[in-house]
Parts: sequence; structure tokens; C-alpha cells
Amino acid sequence: MPAPGCAAGGIGFRILDAGDTALTIEFGERIDRRLQAAVAALDAALAGAIARGELPGVVEAVPTFRSLTVIYDPLRTTRGEIEPRIRQAIPSSATANAPLGRRWQLPVCYGDEIAACGPDLDELATACGLPPADVVRLHAGGNYEVCMLGFLPGFAFLGGLAERLSLPRRSEPRLRVPAGSVATAGTLTAIYPCESPGGWHLIGACPVPLFSAGWAQPALLQPGDQVRFRPVGAAEYHELAVRMAARSAVASPPLEFLVGERFSGR
Amino acid sequence: MSAWLEITHPGAMASIQDLGRPGFRRFGVAHAGALEAGWLRVANVLLGNVETAPAIEFFAGGLSVRALELPVRVALTGHFVADRIGHGRRGRIASWRSVTLAPGETLRCGMVSPGRVGYLAVAGIDLPRQLGSASTDARSGFGGVDGRLLSAGVRLLANAGVGDERMLRNPPPFDSAPIRVVLGPQDDYFSPSSLACFLGGDYRISSAADRMGMRLDGPVLRHRPEKGGEIVSDATLPGSIQVPGQGQPIVLLADAQTAGGYPKIATVISADLPRLAVLAPGQRVRFTAVSVATAERAAMAREAAVRAQIADIQPLAETGEIDSQAIYAVNLISGVIDACAVETAAGAELPVANSREENR
Repeated sequence: MPAPGCAAGGIGFRILDAGDTALTIEFGERIDRRLQAAVAALDAALAGAIARGELPGVVEAVPTFRSLTVIYDPLRTTRGEIEPRIRQAIPSSATANAPLGRRWQLPVCYGDEIAACGPDLDELATACGLPPADVVRLHAGGNYEVCMLGFLPGFAFLGGLAERLSLPRRSEPRLRVPAGSVATAGTLTAIYPCESPGGWHLIGACPVPLFSAGWAQPALLQPGDQVRFRPVGAAEYHELAVRMAARSAVASPPLEFLVGERFSGR
Repeated sequence: MSAWLEITHPGAMASIQDLGRPGFRRFGVAHAGALEAGWLRVANVLLGNVETAPAIEFFAGGLSVRALELPVRVALTGHFVADRIGHGRRGRIASWRSVTLAPGETLRCGMVSPGRVGYLAVAGIDLPRQLGSASTDARSGFGGVDGRLLSAGVRLLANAGVGDERMLRNPPPFDSAPIRVVLGPQDDYFSPSSLACFLGGDYRISSAADRMGMRLDGPVLRHRPEKGGEIVSDATLPGSIQVPGQGQPIVLLADAQTAGGYPKIATVISADLPRLAVLAPGQRVRFTAVSVATAERAAMAREAAVRAQIADIQPLAETGEIDSQAIYAVNLISGVIDACAVETAAGAELPVANSREENR
């Protein structure tokens, strides 16, 4: 049975069973910045404990909007050994150093100028009762925070989309969404790092690679990072796309889109 | 001159896999790796490879490979037989052994049965690792050979191995015991009657089954009306059993995505996930709930069983033993999954007739 508890700041938590290789510390059931902050603080605290060798057998921790799943090797440790240590880390994690977030500015060519990437801009505009230019202005004017990665390698769920652009995902998911598509669903926005099926609304194209198995840290964006978008025309998009293709053999991510570091101001 | 193994026909969804890519789920990267890691490890040890070496995982049947230039040793694990074709002869061998292919000789894997997965390990295989593993992540296009499923014409570096051909004297029996699960993380989204349906019901592997997951057909599971059929996405794992709105469970496997928005009624324990993952569409399965502590003990027991299989590997016996092994394997082709029925069939004449036909 889930065991309830209380984290710093009055945020409750439950510990949920996830088989014999993982347990989930759940802080809530909604998308909420306060829950994300609790997840990030515990994630950072456990990363420190793992680095100090205090959690042998723990393989990794997976942060999401509202929970942290800790994965372990049942041949090396047990739930009984690690759960008390994780519980201990929860109250103290409010004082743990919040992870360093970075600020990015990523170019986006809005609309469907780039093959098949933004076919839903007009439809989204109609559904929201706005001219397409206002959708672009609102989307590009937003300040987004990476809530979590998942679904696809390097797929960052960006929170903070303007309420006026919020729309449930498409009733008929597409079988093929091109890599680089900039998309929205609810109050989230994201960029598809590779071609995939998908049910989000596609409003533009971003030429920046978001994932490479050749990078030491394979995803460009990390939870806690902030992202803004800069509208570019088709000509600049293509110029950037060519430059990105030329650097695809480079073993480091495209840091030229980094505009600063910050302490996440949680 | 190097020895090469060429894929002449990839069969269905053949890919390079090893023990997978733990540690990158926070970046959205799937674990990948062999669906039945024990069989992959046994196949590698049959060759003298390190246990963790990559090998070919294939589905159903039809994978064909050919040695080029020099002799190549391969090992076969999973429930299937294979035809050797070349040099004016044609013979059939059972799996759970290594075999040396002469230059130009082809090995064609037959249908896997019972189950859907087989392994072909290659002596001296050498592939680059990405994010710590050579496993293919075909969805994202990295690992394996060029990030893709294997296709005809792909060549793998190989060698003739060292020492004798080897065999597993007692291949792992097909085990039809219920699949053990730990309830949760979202079992509270289901009424007691739906939980009882899930644990008491007969499910069948549907045709929607791949390396990411398998959809099951069986009793419909209803979400509590006040909870609904969706959650704000949280982490998913190999073994997670998601229940979408229509109420038919989906078991996630090695290539599982890292997060999902359906309530997860239970998690298949790590000791039993390989046994479920290798089942073929149409095969039946039941679930039973255990505690986390029981599941952890089962993980240790499974590891001990794999170690015992590896310790049981010995030089191939040229007479007698092969026949009994072939009979064992060929009988399993009937698709009978009941252990008693397999034992009954072991004395039948069918496999002998089959091998005569194949040797004509």
C-alpha cells in the first residue's frame, strides 16, 4: 500500500510500488510548479547520495512532472535497504542545492513553410479564436521551463504555454510527425527530436538537434532549463539546418543556442 | 582475411541486442536489450564470448545467415531448429548449441515455437557501443548496425571460436506457470472487482506485440469512475502494465517508452518478464500478485537459474545426445505449451520423420 508522508513546504508524498526494480515517490497528481520543485530537489539530493556511494545498487532516478521513480538492481540491493534512505532525503531536500538550470533560445520557423512541420497552425488559431500571427506572437513570447524528458529520447515537455493557446491533443494522432516539429498540447509545448507518431498540434519547425547518442549528456535540454523561441523565416531556417547537418559529426551539443546559466529560482 | 557472417535474410524484426542501456531513462532513452537476457548470455557462453556481448535477436523465424571467406561459429538459443544448407548437404540441427559454419554455408532458422524469440550469437562479434550498449534503438536510430533493424547484406565481423562446439545439456523447459506481478503504482485506479478480474482472468497475447510491448486480450478492466483512464504522465518501465480507456492491458517490454499517461495496474516482476516477453500471439497467460520482497527473492533465484544453465554448458556430444536434443526441440514446434503435453509428445515418432525428410 502507498505509504504517505510529508515533504518540505507542506507538500505530501506517497511511495508507490513499481515492481522489484523501482519505486515511485509521488508528490501529487497534477502538473504544478511546486510539485516539480519537490521532484527536482529530491532528484538532486539522491544524485548527491549516489555520487557519494551511499545508495549502492541504485541505477538511476527518473524525474517527471509530479514524481521521482528510483530504479534499482534487485541483485545488488533491496527496497528495504533503499526506501528508508530515500525517505530521509525527502525532508532535507528543501535545503539541497537546486540544480543549475540553463537558458536557451531556439529558432522556430512557424507555419507550414518547412515540409510538413507546421500544418496545424491555422487550425489551432481558428480553434483559439486568434489570427495565426497572434498564435506565433504568443508562442514565441512565452518563457518555458523543461518539466521532464520522456516519450522519445530528448523529448522535453515544456511547461508555460499561454492559456489562450491551450487545446487538448488531436483526436486522431498522426502516424508520422517529422523530426524538428514544434508542437503544443494543453499548456505544454515541445519539439519532436526524431520522427515519430504523435497527437500534438504541429505549428512550426526547429532546426536544432535535441538528442545524440554521441553526446556525453545525450539530451540538449534538461529538467529545470528555460527555453524561449525566436521566430525565423524559411531562408534562415534552411541556413541553420545546413549548419546543423554539417556539425552532426561533432561530439558536442550545439551550445551556440545557450544564452545563459541561472540558479533555478524555485 | 577476416571471417564475416552475412545476413542473407533478416526474417522478422531481427536486431542486434545485448544486455541493454540502463541509466539513461531521465533523457527519454529506452533500456532496450534482449527480451530474454538469460538466453542471450547462454548463447554467448556457448561460443566463449563474454556473456554481455551483443547478439542477433529475431522473431518468429526466417533469419538466414551465411559464413563468408572463413569458418564462422554461431550459437543458437530459443525453441527452434535450423537448417544447414551448403556444400551439397542439407541437415537440421536443434538450438541450444554452437555450430561452426564452413565458408559459404548458410544457416536458416526455422519457426520459433513455443514462443516468438530466438537468439543467434556470433563468435568474435565486435560492434561499437553507444550510451554503454550495442543494443539497437530502432525508433531513435542509434545502436546496433547503423541504428536499424538488420537487413539482408549486413555483414558482421566474426571468427571460428575456440575449442569444441558446445551444447546446453538441459535446455530450459517451457514454463507455463502464472506470471507474477506486484500491484501498483496505480492499482487504486481500479475497483476491487477489476483487480480480481485481472488476477483471475485468462489473457491471450494479441497480435499487437513487438519489443515495446504486448497488448493482451481478455477480461476488460474498468477504471474507477472518479479516477478515470488517464493520469498526468509519470515514469514507465519494462514490466509496467498500462490499462488504457478501452480496458485491455498493455505490458511494456525492453523498448518501453520512459513515461506514459495511462494508469498502471501492476508491474511484472523482473524474474518473470522474460518468460512473458517471449510468448507468441495467441498464447495464454495468467497473472498472480506477489510482494516486493518475494519479487526480489525471485530475481535472485532467476539469476541463480541462469548461472546454473551456464554452468551446464559442455562440449557437444556427437552421438546420442544430439538426437534426444533434436527430438526435444522439434516436438516443441507443435506449439504445445503445457508441460505435461510436451513430456507426452517426447516419445512420438513425428520428429524422427521430420529429420529424415530434411536430410534427403
